[in-house]
Amino acid sequence: MVDKKYLLDSKQMAHFVADGYLRFDELVPTELNEAVHAEMEDHGIGRGTAGVPLSAIWPQSSPIGSVFRLPEVQGIIHSLVGPDPLYDHHAVHTVNAGRDIGQHWHADAIIDTRMHFDIQFFYFAHDTPREMGGTMILPGSHYRRVCESDIARYHNFLEQLPIVCKAGTIFVVHHGIWHCAQPNQTDRMRYMFKLRLNPTVRQMCLWNTDDLDDPAIPGILNANHKWYGNDVRLEIVNRIKFWRFLVGDDKFDVGYWMGRLENLPENVLEAA
Amino acid sequence: MPQLRQKILVLYLHTPALDSNVVAWSMYDGTGDTTPTTGDSDKPPYNTVVEAMQHGWRVVQFPQQFPAYPGMEYSTSYLRFEYILEKMEEIDG
Repeated sequence: MVDKKYLLDSKQMAHFVADGYLRFDELVPTELNEAVHAEMEDHGIGRGTAGVPLSAIWPQSSPIGSVFRLPEVQGIIHSLVGPDPLYDHHAVHTVNAGRDIGQHWHADAIIDTRMHFDIQFFYFAHDTPREMGGTMILPGSHYRRVCESDIARYHNFLEQLPIVCKAGTIFVVHHGIWHCAQPNQTDRMRYMFKLRLNPTVRQMCLWNTDDLDDPAIPGILNANHKWYGNDVRLEIVNRIKFWRFLVGDDKFDVGYWMGRLENLPENVLEAA
Repeated sequence: MPQLRQKILVLYLHTPALDSNVVAWSMYDGTGDTTPTTGDSDKPPYNTVVEAMQHGWRVVQFPQQFPAYPGMEYSTSYLRFEYILEKMEEIDG
């Protein structure tokens, strides 16, 4: 059982709903980062079978297994996909030294219409300055219904976010987020460890809900991303629906957006 | 006889109006002089399509507008207001 102090709070969950990601800078200790970096360089991280519990994938002695057994990481996992999630797949993503072309924008997998969601960890075991990439993400893109690389024509967006970070930084993203590896202008190989997890329980109030009624939450859910343009109000509706799903409250609203749409009076006045 | 090659600029706008702000952008260079790529700039080359036109870019495609499919009224997907512009440039040789 994860200690409550390691769980995400409601405001963090609201940011995940609005932005599709959370970042945790320098979360993993240095010695573990160095061990995982070496493990990746040696191609030593074994691949598991999709659909098997994460807890059964890597032995206790494995550095990468130790990262995902950190209580802080267990708290993130529990908050988003619950206890004992399933391993979907992992990948050791690399960008060769001196590569000057970025990867095409893409979302992982095909159009996914579920409200239930998977998470992906992006773990950076070494320092990743801008000249090394890292992975670029597009905050707020996770509700867009697109098929993998159908978004490859795009190059740049307002508010695109290159993951520039120190060693030990972990991003956790919604499965739908748009992303692409960035060029690596250094003379060193760039690594990023990606892990996808599936929930096994209904994703409702799995985090520390002590602050569920915090007055800051509607404002977090109402925030704009400039690249939305005229679609911002549609995205807020997406967030309201997702928050309702997460908290189990089908009346939750922000700024009366859903209340207005759901106002369907059926009572008929008698003629005067 | 000068040889011309096409450069393509794709601008995605806040609204369908050509003078509304650019929210996303791409460049493809048929001259071979540059190799634009993802994440290569944080600021759009022009603020609007009209501003790009004032710098010699020709609009070659407008986005069509369709009503939402039933049941898809609140779904979001690709960027809807995509304008494709071109400029022909001379190359050496």
